[in-house]
Amino acid sequence: MDFQVVVMAGGYSKNLVPLVSQEMPKPLLPVANRPVLSYVLELLEASNLKDLIVVVEGEDVALRVGGWISGAYVDRLHVEVAAVPEEVGTAGALRAVAHHLTAKDILVVSGDLVSDVPPGAVAATHRRLDAAVTALLCITPVSGPSESVSSVGKDKGRKLPRANIVGLDHTRQYLLHVAAGAEVGKDIKIQKSILRANDQMEIRADLMDAHMYAFQRTILQEVLDQKEMFHSIKHDVFPYLVRTQLRSEISDKGAPKNGLNGVDYTLNGSEPASEILTNRTHKCCAYIANKSKYCSRLNSVQAFCDINRDVVGEAGHLSGYSFSAQNNIVHPSAELGSKTTVGPQCMLDEGSKLGDKCSVKRSVIGRHCRIGSNVKIFNSVVMNHVTIEDGCFIQGSVICNNAQLQERVVLKDCQVGAGYVLTVGSEYKSEPLSKK
Amino acid sequence: MDSRRLPRTAVDPKVRRVGFFTSGEPLPARSQSFPAETGGSTTADGGMMSSTTTPDLSVGVISFSPVMIPPPRYASADGLPALGRAAATVTTVSAYSPLSPLRRDAIQLPVGSFNPSEYMQGTSAMLSPSSSRFDDLDFSEEVACYGKKWPGKEVASFPGSSDEMMMAVRGGGNALSMSALTTASVVKTLPGVTAKDGGTFIESQNERVGPARSQKQKTTKAERRALQEAQRAAKSAAKAAGEGGKHSAASSSGAPTNAKLDKGARPHSQNKDGPEDTATASEKRADRNLDKDRKKDFPHPSLQFDDKNRVEKAKRRAVVYQFEARNRVELFRHLPQYEYGSQLPYLESKFFHLDHIHPSVYQVGMQYISGSTSGGNARCKEMLLAFRMAIMDYSISPEKSVVRDLISKINSYVSFLIECRPLSVNMGNAIRFLKNRILKLHHNLSESEAKYILISDIDRFINEKIIVADKVIISHAVAKIRDGDVLLVYGHSTVVEMIIVHALELGKQFRIVIVDSRPKFEGRRLLRKLVMKGISCTYTHINAISYIMHDVTRVFLGASSVLSNGTVYARVGTACVAMVAHAFQVPVLICCEAYKFHERFLLDSICSNELGDPDVIINVHGGKDLNPLAKWADNENLQLLNLVYDATPSDYVSMIVTEHGMIPPTSVPVIIREYERDQLVF
Repeated sequence: MDFQVVVMAGGYSKNLVPLVSQEMPKPLLPVANRPVLSYVLELLEASNLKDLIVVVEGEDVALRVGGWISGAYVDRLHVEVAAVPEEVGTAGALRAVAHHLTAKDILVVSGDLVSDVPPGAVAATHRRLDAAVTALLCITPVSGPSESVSSVGKDKGRKLPRANIVGLDHTRQYLLHVAAGAEVGKDIKIQKSILRANDQMEIRADLMDAHMYAFQRTILQEVLDQKEMFHSIKHDVFPYLVRTQLRSEISDKGAPKNGLNGVDYTLNGSEPASEILTNRTHKCCAYIANKSKYCSRLNSVQAFCDINRDVVGEAGHLSGYSFSAQNNIVHPSAELGSKTTVGPQCMLDEGSKLGDKCSVKRSVIGRHCRIGSNVKIFNSVVMNHVTIEDGCFIQGSVICNNAQLQERVVLKDCQVGAGYVLTVGSEYKSEPLSKK
Repeated sequence: MDSRRLPRTAVDPKVRRVGFFTSGEPLPARSQSFPAETGGSTTADGGMMSSTTTPDLSVGVISFSPVMIPPPRYASADGLPALGRAAATVTTVSAYSPLSPLRRDAIQLPVGSFNPSEYMQGTSAMLSPSSSRFDDLDFSEEVACYGKKWPGKEVASFPGSSDEMMMAVRGGGNALSMSALTTASVVKTLPGVTAKDGGTFIESQNERVGPARSQKQKTTKAERRALQEAQRAAKSAAKAAGEGGKHSAASSSGAPTNAKLDKGARPHSQNKDGPEDTATASEKRADRNLDKDRKKDFPHPSLQFDDKNRVEKAKRRAVVYQFEARNRVELFRHLPQYEYGSQLPYLESKFFHLDHIHPSVYQVGMQYISGSTSGGNARCKEMLLAFRMAIMDYSISPEKSVVRDLISKINSYVSFLIECRPLSVNMGNAIRFLKNRILKLHHNLSESEAKYILISDIDRFINEKIIVADKVIISHAVAKIRDGDVLLVYGHSTVVEMIIVHALELGKQFRIVIVDSRPKFEGRRLLRKLVMKGISCTYTHINAISYIMHDVTRVFLGASSVLSNGTVYARVGTACVAMVAHAFQVPVLICCEAYKFHERFLLDSICSNELGDPDVIINVHGGKDLNPLAKWADNENLQLLNLVYDATPSDYVSMIVTEHGMIPPTSVPVIIREYERDQLVF
């Protein structure tokens, strides 16, 4: 279909400290005990996209990611890994691989996307509307623990991320305005010319940019070449394209339509969008994912927890595991002590041992963890080779590889970095803990 | 189309990769020397780059220049595996030797030996994992020499690497490249696995297998006979007598039309065709002529959708999964009726699975489904332009016949488009024209010549049959508009719109009555355009037609097609307008290009029609709350019918305006007879 796929896998993401480490770069962070990158790769594989370019920040990360991919996807995918220096941004990363791009359209996917929206839908919309750029928009996922676990999720006062502002035309196919959450101040400035050319604009704040873009290659490369300052696709390239979509029209247009005239308004309703939009220089389109589809990005610690919870819970079909009758996934080799309960929406991977009278609810536990007796784990993610001794209480936390929790540690909403040791009886709340 | 795209379409990259690992083929003489000569050197990588660059990298034993090696992208299918195997063989023995001087040489070589726009650029070499560090240094040095912004280097020492999965190190070879790619994993599939489910690929395999298969079958003649009998019995029940001929047409390998697709999708049905494959050339030619005559029935006796057997079969080979609507009107069960909302999302999610459909054809198909391209001329033009693009991008391996392959390709495109929306008569005519042109191609023509001929044919068709024809129609019809006339138009016909605009430009004084109807309200667009041009217009709905007809002096209507008994097949409601006009003795002029004529007869609008989305007719303007029928599909007692076309009997038509002049409806057969043959011969 003349598409090329570039997966922006990223490197060490600052947002995810202390979860990321030398051994555990962002693309390999486990989501239900599978690297997050695998979700994108399998989504693409399911869409019959088998030639991929994976762009990774940093040489050593590229080695790790490449090593993992070659192990996991032999004979399944044809993946080329490209390393770019850190801090070049997504636009810089695209520039770096630009000379490998030859197809008519390029699909750029963020490596931290966990979704079941078919990429084909975005690509098809792109082709159908003959767009310069098409972005996948999805409903912003609810952050924080969901209502059903109110017993543990007390802190509702968590600050919601600033909403993205998206302006759409009446058919909800064309993008007229985008502003990322951080850039929105008290008021939004909308270009008059764009508003005038479209008669009406629907402003929505409940949509999230899922970082899956289809670009026309020639336009993308032109922008990348001309604007050397552009650093990120989301913040620079994409808004630039949306902003300049009418550029030539402003000068050419003789008699602007009087947009707010009532008759005009109703007449427009039945008019196909293509007719109004013929005189723009390039079209910027959006594919809005259905509400029933899961779509989330692993770009913060909170998102990491949410996605882990969702993938073993409501979006279980993404994990690729089959759930047991108790609605959880317990590896046959895992050992449970007496009176230990593993609740629904939990995952317990191979070789992990739980002592007596433990309770695990809505949590993911990795491989070869040793967990003592009388340990409570709620709403948490425990990665591989973690030792948790007797009487610990862990809630809403992330515990990375090889960490050690000595007896009677109490953790609430903490992140424990790799290899960190918590001493006997320590209590922490809402803290990132890692080796300096 | 830029020329850079061609390599990608020429050889499927996946297939190319595949070649590396198939063994058992004899190596061509040239590459046989590879293992021996390069055994001690490093060389080889996962990509096809190896074949171009190895000579330079290896210790200078090989004397032939890289230019002599065919660029792998263009290489024929059987050449590649051999090369690939050579490379693979090297990999297994790869020992490291200091590379840097050689490497630099390689880099300084002009890249002319291969296409600079190739997917991978720069030089590359396979390194054993242990050597990676060394190479790293080497590379950064190079990078410094070339003053690049980002060191494009990549080291492959992945733990999972085996000799199958070749880790490539690609340095930034020329100034262009900024970052290099590392093949982390490659797909290893058998050629057969890559077969797409469309007809084309399987088709081509079948062609090759054909004779062998027929020989094999001779041994089991009794079995074959039995099978044949059984199939024939099954079919005869389903087929009308007229269609029986189609079967034999299908079995002749000469000029396959739709039947060819059947073959592709159901290879076992070719059992019957085996013996006939061995028929002599003269027989084939005779068959072809016969076949051509039969094909004139386009659209051929179309699939009756109440015939379960055949619908099942059609479904099996359908590309677009179609959800059938539940409450269908009994009288119209023979027409396809699908749930409209479900088609587009399905097709979109399958976007990357439909590799055998050319992207431009796919785009047109989606425009049909979404309704953004409608109207006979626009649809036909878009379709032809998509075919034009497909032919432009078309390339074929030399052992295949252009005619056969192209016909089967076009057939698969057409069947895809039919699944998106049933073809109209003019599209059928255009397709028939194109296929005739393909069949008439001389066998000695080269690929580029054939493509050039076909592209210019398509251009000519669009120009002569649509654009120029419209101009002539306009000049004819404008003569019928006098000052003071009140013209009634129905819906939105592009040619009628052009006539009105042209009449305005000529300074005629007239008034327009635009009659519109639910559910599409196409007249509003026309109204908007005409009002903006300053024409005095009246807008009304079709239920006021008898009232408004008093004032009218002329009725101008468009048509989807005109059939040889003079029946006009057009947007639903046209018949009503024409009948009322006839009752009021107002002349009715149908404006229609001659390529929309068809020699079929049509007596009513039931036999052949198109069903639109039933949901749109229940939509009441003014919001969803006002919709009492929102859940109509759950009510078994309710069936909705949204017909798209109707047939206007010739009695109600005063005149048909075509590019050949203004004719009474009784003269349509003359036009078909005189010009249809002309069109076929061209």
